[in-house]
Amino acid sequence: MEDRRYYRSLTRNMAVIMIMVSVTPLILIAGLIGYYFETAYREKVLAHLQELVEKHQQNINSFLDEKLSYIKVLADSYSYEQLSDEAFLENKLVILQNAYSGIFVDIGIVDSAGVQIAYAGNLKLERADYSGADWFHRAQEQDYFISDVFLGLRKTPHFIVSVKKRRGESEWLLRATIDFLAFNSLVENLRIGKTGAALIVNSAGEFQTHPRTEPPPEMFSLLKRTSWARPVPAGESHTAANQAVKIAPVRPEASEADSGPDAAAFRAISSGSLALSGIVDSRDRKLIYILMPLKGGEWTLAYQQDVGDAFSEVNSARTLALTILFSGALGIIFMALFLSRKVVSRIEKADQEKDIMNEQVLEAGKMASVGELAAGIAHEINNPVAIMAEEAGWMEDLLQDLHIENSEDAAEFKRSLKQITVQGERCKEITHKLLSFARRTDPVHRDIQVNDTIEEILGIFDQRSKFNNIRIQSELDPDLPLVSASPTELQQVFINLINNAIDAMGSRGGLLEIRSRLEGDHAIIDIADTGHGIPSTVMARVFEPFFTTKPVGKGTGLGLSICYGIVKKLGGKITVDSAVGLGTTFHISLPVRAANAARTDL
Amino acid sequence: MNPEKPIRILLVDDEEGYVSVLAKRLTRRNFVVKTALSGMEAVRILRDEAFDVAVLDLKMEDMDGLEVLKVFKAMEPEMPVIFLTGQGSETDAREGIELGACDYLVKPCSLPELIDRIAAACGHC
Repeated sequence: MEDRRYYRSLTRNMAVIMIMVSVTPLILIAGLIGYYFETAYREKVLAHLQELVEKHQQNINSFLDEKLSYIKVLADSYSYEQLSDEAFLENKLVILQNAYSGIFVDIGIVDSAGVQIAYAGNLKLERADYSGADWFHRAQEQDYFISDVFLGLRKTPHFIVSVKKRRGESEWLLRATIDFLAFNSLVENLRIGKTGAALIVNSAGEFQTHPRTEPPPEMFSLLKRTSWARPVPAGESHTAANQAVKIAPVRPEASEADSGPDAAAFRAISSGSLALSGIVDSRDRKLIYILMPLKGGEWTLAYQQDVGDAFSEVNSARTLALTILFSGALGIIFMALFLSRKVVSRIEKADQEKDIMNEQVLEAGKMASVGELAAGIAHEINNPVAIMAEEAGWMEDLLQDLHIENSEDAAEFKRSLKQITVQGERCKEITHKLLSFARRTDPVHRDIQVNDTIEEILGIFDQRSKFNNIRIQSELDPDLPLVSASPTELQQVFINLINNAIDAMGSRGGLLEIRSRLEGDHAIIDIADTGHGIPSTVMARVFEPFFTTKPVGKGTGLGLSICYGIVKKLGGKITVDSAVGLGTTFHISLPVRAANAARTDL
Repeated sequence: MNPEKPIRILLVDDEEGYVSVLAKRLTRRNFVVKTALSGMEAVRILRDEAFDVAVLDLKMEDMDGLEVLKVFKAMEPEMPVIFLTGQGSETDAREGIELGACDYLVKPCSLPELIDRIAAACGHC
């Protein structure tokens, strides 16, 4: 139980370390590269978008600028009188319309009272009164003017470009109407991806173009909040036209305090002006936006695109990378678990083998010391026994000279001497057995007559079997050829098996049968007892090391496993048959020496 | 066995009790027995007298039986030597035979067997 826990924690620790060591750098590298790649890529996308938007900004600015320039040229080139002539004006409009189809809708001269003195165009706007129009008041304040988009008298969206001229005391305006659709298409052209679109709002937050997609309210409020600080007009020399032609650096004044985490970034763009970019978080979508000033900061060119759309490539790359990372990590975890389990099972096996080996060494050591002791005693006893036997013999010799054969005592005397000799013989046999048991110093294989080994061992068990009421019957094939084995090891096999057999029969007694015979080129030895038998549930485990059914402290559970190991090493087999209540039979099969087998065949 | 020319035996063993009783029993059976309690003593005796056979214990305190055998073989190459050995030292006894001993017996052994071996040794070796 303790062991199980130890191996489990070993497995866990190994797996965790392996996973940590391999997954941590993977995640770190993936995270780092991912972060830098994503940042760089976002930067690049943003820069690219900004470039596009800036190009459009320039386009739009130059469009407005150009249109204003034509009107300016017209106003500068001709006198008020010439331009007041509607036929002349019509002629100029046609020229403009030819050059720029559909852009210039109409053209007119407006006096300082706001009354259109001359008009050329399709709409009947002669003598139209602009004195109430907002654009008129603002146009009068500046030399050049571009109005916001408005519906005006004609009730269609348009805007006005005007140039103020002076004639004597009074001032007059040359105004032209620019078609909204032509202007709108300029902005509409800026389409990127599925959701990227541009729009223009004036400083009041009113659309100057018709947006393809309605911006979310958050975007709308951002647009409203954003205003571009206009450079301080340094006297009259700084004209609106100049501002339009050359956009001076302006500074956005978005109040970022309430825009929350949607950090906006100011970026210097190549033209020297600034752009504002960032991400606005709407309820259902995230928008990336770029704002740039138009018309000297009066208008804002806004570009918006869904974040997912703008960064679709980086997103798909991230998804791919995450998938690879995840599956890689999964693979590593799987492998780590698999490997650590495998390694630990190896370790467990090795530990077990080590334990068995330790036990075997211990067992061998124990046997060796017992053997040494036995040998010592046997040697010590041998000489006195020999002397006793000889002295008894000497007494017998002397008795012959005394000529007292006829007396009754003499017969008794002789019997007594005979007894001494017989018991001396017995001592000799005992010491002989002890010594042959103790002779375990040679692990080398020798040619052994198995029958002799069996007889030797049976001699050792003589007393014990008698004590347990066990009858021993041996049926040994006298023609059994020699077997090549280590005598000590073979002895150990028989000792273990006979020990088990006697234990199995207990004090009730029984019959222990030992048979040997030759079968082919194998010597078969059966050791059968009439003991309690082995239950089938544990049958498969009897040769397992440390498996024992004996009470704690009685058996090491090594006996049969050692037998198994020895027989296996000799190239033999050991099997067991058992019936509960009837008894158990162990079958050992040992290969006889090839030369022997051949000889018996002849 | 020729009664007129009894077999002369040199009995070498450091166990005095054993040697003395064995000598008595053999003498009783018409052998001429001289005993030595050590290898050195045996060598000294052999220098002065001739024997028909030597019975030599393998394990003695002063000289190992095998060493004594080598000396015997140097002095009297023709004299057969029978080893008496305790149990467990049969390998040594076999080594002795390789060195020129005639036979070996495991102690304790019965007297008739010893006499048989002695007779055989005198006849064959």
